Amino acid sequence: MAATAPASPRTPYGRARLLALGRATKPIREASGIARGMFWAGVGITFAFILMAFLAPVISRYNFSQYKANGVRFPQLGHPSGLHWMGTTVQSDDVMARVIYGAQTELKVVVIALAMSLSIGVPLGLISGYFGGILDRALVLIMDAIFAFPYLLIAIVIAFVLSTSSIGGGIFTAAIAITAAYVPLYFRVVRNHVISVREEPYVDAARALGARPRTVIRKYVFFNVVQNVPPIATLNAADAILLLASLGFLGYGIQPTQGAEWGYDVSRAVSDASSGIWWTGLFPGLAIVLLVTGLTLLGEGLNETINPVLRRRRFGQFDFEPVPGAVEEAE
Amino acid sequence: MSDAILQVKNLRVYYGTPGRPVRAVDGVSLDIGESEVVGLVGESGCGKSTLGRGILGLLPDGARADGEVLYDGQNLVAMSQKSVRRMRGPELGLIFQEPMTRLNPLLRIEGHFRETLEQHEPNLTDAEVRRRSLETLGRMGIPPTRFRQYPHEFSGGMRQRIMIALALVLRPKLLVADEPTTSLDVIVEGQILALLADLKNNFGTALLLITHNLGIVAESCDRMAVMYAGRIAEEGPVREIFAEPAHPYTRELLRSTISLDTTELHSIPGAPPNLIDPPPGCRFHPRCPNAMTVCAQLEPIEQRFEDGRRVLCWLHGPNDRIPAGGGAPLERELLGVADEA
Amino acid sequence: MAGTSLRTYLITRLALVVPMVFILLTLVFLLLRVAPGNPIQAALGGHVPAAYVHQIEHRLGFDKPLITQYGEYLWNILRGNFGTTITDNRPLSQIIEQNGAATLELTFFAMLIAIVVGVLIGLVAGRYRDTPLDIFGRLFGIFIYATPVFFLGLMAQLVFGVWLGWLPTSDQASPITQALLQTHTNIFFVDAIWDGNWGALWDITKHLILPATTLGLVTAGVFIRLVRVNVIRTMRDDYIEAARARGIAEHRVVFAHAFKNALVPVITIVGLNLAILLGGAVLTETTFNWPGIGHELVVYLENRDYTAVQGIIIVFALVVVAVSVLVDFLNAYVDPRIRY
Repeated sequence: MAATAPASPRTPYGRARLLALGRATKPIREASGIARGMFWAGVGITFAFILMAFLAPVISRYNFSQYKANGVRFPQLGHPSGLHWMGTTVQSDDVMARVIYGAQTELKVVVIALAMSLSIGVPLGLISGYFGGILDRALVLIMDAIFAFPYLLIAIVIAFVLSTSSIGGGIFTAAIAITAAYVPLYFRVVRNHVISVREEPYVDAARALGARPRTVIRKYVFFNVVQNVPPIATLNAADAILLLASLGFLGYGIQPTQGAEWGYDVSRAVSDASSGIWWTGLFPGLAIVLLVTGLTLLGEGLNETINPVLRRRRFGQFDFEPVPGAVEEAE
Repeated sequence: MSDAILQVKNLRVYYGTPGRPVRAVDGVSLDIGESEVVGLVGESGCGKSTLGRGILGLLPDGARADGEVLYDGQNLVAMSQKSVRRMRGPELGLIFQEPMTRLNPLLRIEGHFRETLEQHEPNLTDAEVRRRSLETLGRMGIPPTRFRQYPHEFSGGMRQRIMIALALVLRPKLLVADEPTTSLDVIVEGQILALLADLKNNFGTALLLITHNLGIVAESCDRMAVMYAGRIAEEGPVREIFAEPAHPYTRELLRSTISLDTTELHSIPGAPPNLIDPPPGCRFHPRCPNAMTVCAQLEPIEQRFEDGRRVLCWLHGPNDRIPAGGGAPLERELLGVADEA
Repeated sequence: MAGTSLRTYLITRLALVVPMVFILLTLVFLLLRVAPGNPIQAALGGHVPAAYVHQIEHRLGFDKPLITQYGEYLWNILRGNFGTTITDNRPLSQIIEQNGAATLELTFFAMLIAIVVGVLIGLVAGRYRDTPLDIFGRLFGIFIYATPVFFLGLMAQLVFGVWLGWLPTSDQASPITQALLQTHTNIFFVDAIWDGNWGALWDITKHLILPATTLGLVTAGVFIRLVRVNVIRTMRDDYIEAARARGIAEHRVVFAHAFKNALVPVITIVGLNLAILLGGAVLTETTFNWPGIGHELVVYLENRDYTAVQGIIIVFALVVVAVSVLVDFLNAYVDPRIRY
């Protein structure tokens, strides 16, 4: 009955990889109604935002830094109206345009940041966990020290240092700041997993057959460890959006001329709030909440599929048939 | 049997799945007499553990039971959750295969006993709780000095002794032991079995011993039941069954055990059937060396022998129910080659 | 017997603090001193005479070789000397004492709210898994987690401050209270109780409600998720089934076994989240103009005051290390297995 182990130690190749995909989605298909509902809601919201980012010029009536149209300046702090569905800011920018274009900025930064933290954190974790030794101990100490530190502060300090240097603010600065905050996380997850996988019989067997460490890592360890990454990366993307918005709120994210950024917009709205102006802060804020919610639902859904403890299968209803005639009292 | 303390009648326990249910226990009847030791044997996945838990009404989410478990004139299957719960402990006890994880790691041994006694006998004084706990532990070979220790300070064998003491401190009339020695080493296994065998002398407790080790059954049980695919294939006094197994499955099972005079290893080809969609007719017929045509068509009818045995196999009749030509050997395309297991 | 092993554990754990602190200090140094650009120039602005910049550089020792600077930096911190700000010549010790107290007040109450809300909802959701209660709890947790502190703060200001006019939206207390309150501990809340100044206490509480609730709720989101998962895991543990097999009442199985055991790892989670809470405090303090240490950090960052930033970051680092040690001690005390 313990046949629920989801992590097959075999390396998926070719056809087998397709089968593995089928196996991987099986838990989603078998999940209970609520879990599935949450997962698909997450997929829907995330895709809606990705679509919004790609189609921003088509959807949005104005550009994100546009303050006039046809020679007429937009109103300052204008109420939501037919022309400006979400109102305008104190700089006469259209709030809706900034919300829509904001999706572009957030996704760009998050994709770059995740790609960078994965390409640093995963190899480091693999090497450190597989080879062990002094290198491993030193890396663990350093990464743990960084990991214990509030990651918002790490990102702020990095963004601060970079912004004073010649690099200046921008998408890459923000992405680097976020990367620095997340590398230790991937390092830890991957390293710890490698350490447990390293002792698995099939890895041992590969070593005993004389496979070089490179081959063992690439063919056996990597594929096994890498299954853990998608849910973490998705949940991390949600976290990264929050981090980017926080940097923007503190003025260390994207410069307002380079792109629309929701956190920055909310920070500008703080002074509006005291006079009861709600639309400049509400809409960009809601955009953050919605996108982060979507990514979290998606990540949790993936997490449940990989982690059998959290998964609850559908049981299905059944009825007992009437007592069969098999058991008859003799005499 | 009129002196039975527990009567299981036509019990079925099914597990719900997204498709059709798994018929883990499918129409089992079994009586257990006072102070009797009954062995329940069978391969893994035949429903032994489910039957043991089903008797105590301990079923996982999505599982349901049907039929009767009669104890003291009451049907446990039909009783409320709360009433069954009250009977677990003082009337029916259960010990498990894996003792290492069965004690709460944050609770001292004392805490486990106090909690158990106070739950069922709320009027006990502190001193009385202590006296009874230590007495039971002492009989299981755990000294009083260790009463205030935490579970992680004990070995597996010690923990199983504690689990048994914890079940016995309430003096249940029946103890269900679900493979209690499987995870222990041989010497500890012997000690635990000796303790269990002494139960009826020391505590007057009946025992349902679930195991796949036939040696244990031969050594310590009065009666045994052989389970296959959710049903009892054969049941009766241990001596008779070992001397002359009536069901081909029992015979094959006995031949598979290793003893001093074993010259070559024997195994039963194939694997236990899928319990969602069990084979028609006799569930053992795909693996049975004596299978007849009838076995693949009709479900066997229980036959009782004079020596107190009952068996579920067409080889023992009733002949008048076997259709014409049903006695011919069953033809199969493939037999004897084990599937990839 | 258990006492000795507990003591051994504590000593081993304390010994691990040294390299961690050392690494953190080194990282901060590398980041802030070795980074490109001239920090003094940056702090003083572009139009200061070069001679003046050199003078300040000399006073701060920035003209010495890096390795000497590093040695002096470590030595100073070891002596408890965190330096003086470049821009307004304020000793860091004063910032820690005054602004640190405000941060302590905010984070304490925020943590209290986070634990109460998060643990309660998490326990209920985990226990009544897949029921409407669970769905509500989970969605609440996800929503609240997805909400940036500053956005929740802004909306709270708008609703409770501007529209309803119930609560103040900025500062730690009204100016009059601040002027009249006697200083004992620098923590306003404690000082007011100390003097039995109930009017001031009411004023301080009113100022505290919005920022503490905002920060607390957002942190609760993390707790809900983790507590729920822990309860679900623990409910499947073998000793739960064993307790049921002994006929232990369901409410006792749930409370004494499942909840208690599920909450042990939560101690660690609470400790780890203090770091996140400190990050959130920077944002909350900025949103509510709360004169905490995070608020000061943002101000000094804007003024490009490297010594102030360095000092404050070090304080945060030390607090984080101290909390992690405390959490491990607490864990060892609660869970007998860890000591071995």
